[in-house]
Amino acid sequence: MSTIVSVKNLYKNFKEIKAVNDLSFSVEQGQIYGFLGQNGAGKSTTIRMLLTLIKPTSGVIEIFGLNLQKHRKEVLRQIGAIIERPDLYKYLTALENLRIFAAMSGVKVSEKKLLDQLAMVGLAERAHSKVKTYSQGMKQRLGIATALVHDPQLVILDEPTNGLDPQGIADVRNLILQLSKEMNKTLLISSHLLSEVELIADSMIIIDKGEKIVEGKVNDLFDPAETIIELKTIDDESMYEKLTQSSLESFVHGKRNDCILLKLHRQQVPDAIKQLVNMDVPILSFHSKHSLEDYFLSLTTGSQHVEALKN
Amino acid sequence: MWKLLKIELFKIFKRPRTYIAFGAIAAIVFLIQIALKYDGKSYIDLLLSNLSGSFEFNDDFKDKLLNGYLICFVILNTLLIQMPLLIALISGDAIAGEANMGTLRLAMTKPISRTEYMLVKFTASFIYTLALLVVMALLALFGSMLIFGTNDMVVLRSEGIEQIKNFDVLWRYFAAFGYAAVALTTVSALAFLLSVFAENSIGPIIATMSIVIVFTILSEMNIPIYDETIKPYLFTSHMVAWKGFFYVKANAEGTTINGSIENLPAVLRSLGILIVYIFVFLGTAIWVFRKKDILT
Amino acid sequence: MKKIIILVIFITAALLVKAQTAEEVIAKVKAKLEKVNDYEAKGKMKTNVIFIKAPIANVKVYYKKPNKLRINNESGISFIPKGSMNINLNNIFINTEGFDLIDMGKEDKTAFRIIKLLPKDENSDVVLSTVYVDEQQLLIRKAKTTTKENGTYELEMTYGKYAAWGLADKVNFQFNTKDYKLPKGITFDYDDGSKKKTPSDKIKNKKGQVEIVYSNYIINKGVSDTVFQ
Repeated sequence: MSTIVSVKNLYKNFKEIKAVNDLSFSVEQGQIYGFLGQNGAGKSTTIRMLLTLIKPTSGVIEIFGLNLQKHRKEVLRQIGAIIERPDLYKYLTALENLRIFAAMSGVKVSEKKLLDQLAMVGLAERAHSKVKTYSQGMKQRLGIATALVHDPQLVILDEPTNGLDPQGIADVRNLILQLSKEMNKTLLISSHLLSEVELIADSMIIIDKGEKIVEGKVNDLFDPAETIIELKTIDDESMYEKLTQSSLESFVHGKRNDCILLKLHRQQVPDAIKQLVNMDVPILSFHSKHSLEDYFLSLTTGSQHVEALKN
Repeated sequence: MWKLLKIELFKIFKRPRTYIAFGAIAAIVFLIQIALKYDGKSYIDLLLSNLSGSFEFNDDFKDKLLNGYLICFVILNTLLIQMPLLIALISGDAIAGEANMGTLRLAMTKPISRTEYMLVKFTASFIYTLALLVVMALLALFGSMLIFGTNDMVVLRSEGIEQIKNFDVLWRYFAAFGYAAVALTTVSALAFLLSVFAENSIGPIIATMSIVIVFTILSEMNIPIYDETIKPYLFTSHMVAWKGFFYVKANAEGTTINGSIENLPAVLRSLGILIVYIFVFLGTAIWVFRKKDILT
Repeated sequence: MKKIIILVIFITAALLVKAQTAEEVIAKVKAKLEKVNDYEAKGKMKTNVIFIKAPIANVKVYYKKPNKLRINNESGISFIPKGSMNINLNNIFINTEGFDLIDMGKEDKTAFRIIKLLPKDENSDVVLSTVYVDEQQLLIRKAKTTTKENGTYELEMTYGKYAAWGLADKVNFQFNTKDYKLPKGITFDYDDGSKKKTPSDKIKNKKGQVEIVYSNYIINKGVSDTVFQ
């Protein structure tokens, strides 16, 4: 497997603001690479640097083994991208949009192939409709079609499910998997929703305030058997104290949003409930959360949690 | 480059907004033509009121005076002041409009250099300007020639009257339209430059118009201290130099010399200044755009 | 004796000529002009007015008794000065109540007889006309007309083929012009940056000139009234 994207010590400052701070990561061929972070974490800035929309303050970006600054055209020819919203020419039809972006990518695509492309994203029947008549989901799919029209090796999708309804999200997810599995594309997908990325990504990076928090294979980053419990009690303050001094102490993971967090294996859950009842803890609610989502939240909302997890 | 240009032109001419300008020109030209067709004599009387003490003007004279060439001159006089707005509508939108639509970031992820992109965009605006002028020439010049016929052309200047023989007029119009193309391209380049800084097209359009209006007022004002200090450097002072093609030379006896231009060096100098402006505006626009982080 | 006879003849002849009164001269000139009932003449017209640049125009001049005159530019446009009807000399003599004549003698250089005509009609626009008459050929060589409303006109004629009809080959018509200026707000002039010329004497005098060189006349073949409308 060769490295498709290699980012080393990337910095971007907007005046005093450090949008990206010493970021390094790499994407291997054929991967679906998740790029995670809260809004404003620096995802879009990084992606825009990968696409030459923004000039890095310093650092090196290599794509397909080529220096991006020096081989801009060559590299971009092999990349398809959607950045944030899939904004297209609303006064033109889907087919016209597709034709324009194919030509701008430097490839001549036959009418039939363009229609095939639209069929792939389920828009064949609306090929001749103006984009302004499209729903958000259709626009997103058309955006993906324009990103793919020149058959790029690397596809970069920035928040591809933003603003979509559940069906739209599912459609896009399936499309991404299809691109990876059937067409062997390398995909870099950014999102602020972990649930979205975890379902499809092979590897991922989580960034916060422009810095890398963690990078690795999704399977390595968390144990699927692990779960986080959000416990709501009548008096969280004193109950937190009580728990930290009890036999459950080793499971207490912190506090968030007026909840006490417990981290434990799935098999330990029934036992923990039993103990809580025995301790007369006045439980209002007991939610089992998916661990990766919580992992993500904890990483990006408070450094104490980050530190805790790193240990 | 040609392929990209074709795309740009396709985009421009697919937009309804583009045709507003063509419609506006057709409407203005048509309205002036209708007005002068039915009430041209009062207009001529107004123009000639200054001369009626020394000369006799019969109806035949007025009919001949009100010919297609004069009408076109009247139209150009009015329209070339309004045209910058129509030009700014497209040129001011060139980059800012794409930024606003969000398509700029998509375009810039394509294997096209920013300089190339800017040159294509500007060329497309230029072609649009030319198209507007061609339509105007067809309607204002040939349309008026058809409706009003042709005759000798009389140009009324503030301090004198130029009279040009019928056969000596048409080439002057071609030259004038050519000049107007450069003059309007200057406005286009200005709007284009401003377009680079903005994220929606209203800003550059209004800014361009404001600059053109303020500069035009300064150019037309009779304030002696501005005459030598500011006026020669304002591009608006040079935008009206197309009229220079209608100012003829005369011999010692006041007889028009056919085929002559009163002050060709001045017209060429004005042309040169406009071309310098175009290069400065365009060059700056490209320079800024190359360095710009695209955040829209 | 012979010498005396010759001298007597000369003196008599001189006296005879001298004996022509201004009235007689005018009457003869008028009679000559009266022979022309109408004419149509082709000519080239040159306009020389300080604020007008005009090309040389091909014109047709139509005249019909008693005082109809029209200068038509057949193809193009010509600025026709007011009072240009006076290029037809007949028009000088048209006055309902006749004239008082003042004989001013002869011009030194040319020996043309200078006669002033004062219209008796007090309402006439013409205040005074001065004609310079070539007595031998009975041709008016120069004429100056002062009017109440339109200043002074001056005519200078050169005769050739049509001298017998009292019709000139070349007429130079001088007239007063009023100031010309249009506001720049109307004209939106192109200011080429060149220095404005300082007003010459010409501007100060404010005299315009129109010169018509006739190439041929068609005399007394009838001219339709419609051309004068």
